[in-house]
Amino acid sequence: MRRFALGLILAAGCTKATPPAAPAAPVTASPASGLRSLASLQAIEDDEARAIAIFAEVGKILTHPRCMNCHPSTDRPLQGEAGLPHQPHVVRGADGHGVPGLVCASCHGETNFENVPGNPHWHLAPASMAWAGKSLGAICAQVKDPARNGGLDHDALVKHMAEDPLVAYGWDPPAHLEPAPGDQETAGALVAAWLEAGAHCPPP
Amino acid sequence: MKLSINGQAREVDVDEDTPLLWVLRDHLGMTGTKYGCGVAQCGACTVHVDGVPRRACVTPVGSVAERDVVTIEGLAGAEADAVRTAWEAIDVPQCGYCQAGQIMTAVALLKEVAKPNDDQIDQAMAGNICRCATYVRIRRAIHSAAGDDS
Repeated sequence: MRRFALGLILAAGCTKATPPAAPAAPVTASPASGLRSLASLQAIEDDEARAIAIFAEVGKILTHPRCMNCHPSTDRPLQGEAGLPHQPHVVRGADGHGVPGLVCASCHGETNFENVPGNPHWHLAPASMAWAGKSLGAICAQVKDPARNGGLDHDALVKHMAEDPLVAYGWDPPAHLEPAPGDQETAGALVAAWLEAGAHCPPP
Repeated sequence: MKLSINGQAREVDVDEDTPLLWVLRDHLGMTGTKYGCGVAQCGACTVHVDGVPRRACVTPVGSVAERDVVTIEGLAGAEADAVRTAWEAIDVPQCGYCQAGQIMTAVALLKEVAKPNDDQIDQAMAGNICRCATYVRIRRAIHSAAGDDS
């Protein structure tokens, strides 16, 4: 599946990777995932319409509580399916890992434990990546803006979505929490396809 | 499983996913670390793992096998001494149940921020609940331990 994503990156102008020797199987999200299959999206001929349609699927992932809760509009993370303010009242701190005396790792270990999510890289997204409360168009513009996405170019953006170990948590939460739609591989492929189609955004 | 607790090597026969708090209290008899909520909401079970505050109730003991665990029984150093002195002088505790966790967090804060302001104290201590609402005395004691009694 990753080979397919790489192929899409190459189509977008990346020259760093070798194309796959044979076409890989198309990404097909499970019907239960709530995501449209990439094949059906690729059938949209108009680049802008295709990019916007693909980003609508990406948006289902980005705006899911497993992702959105750590991209809050304030310095306090959100939690749960309803995106309620995090309890206890923790705050971002200088580097997104909390403050002296109360860091994310005070409760969030390297793996999920009972009801507490865990990941070795657990931290809050930078304030420049705040998504909560914004329209999908605004989030889209933010995601492709290196000044607001952590300095990620297109290749890095795909890699982040497809391989980042903290992003991976979105599909591996504790049992009482719903995973993000689809899977990380599909997320990376969708972002690659969106970039290949011109990275057009829905209206703000 | 081999552990380092308060600088001493300890060995326990437990599953790796046993909460550290259970091991401390039930297997090692170290009852200074308190059970409060069991879900990382109250801070009563706070210990230090490699110097960082950690809720023992949601820490699988297997994750600290190669690390230095310090509990209230082994807390030492200049900041710990200053906190104990301030806690006694100001008579911080009421029922006392949460105080081990409060002190563990206060010392961790002072090790990183020598003279914290009110906001820094409030943010650091936000995860430690006190059912007697001794928060004002806790904040005052941390200022005192930092040498700031103004």
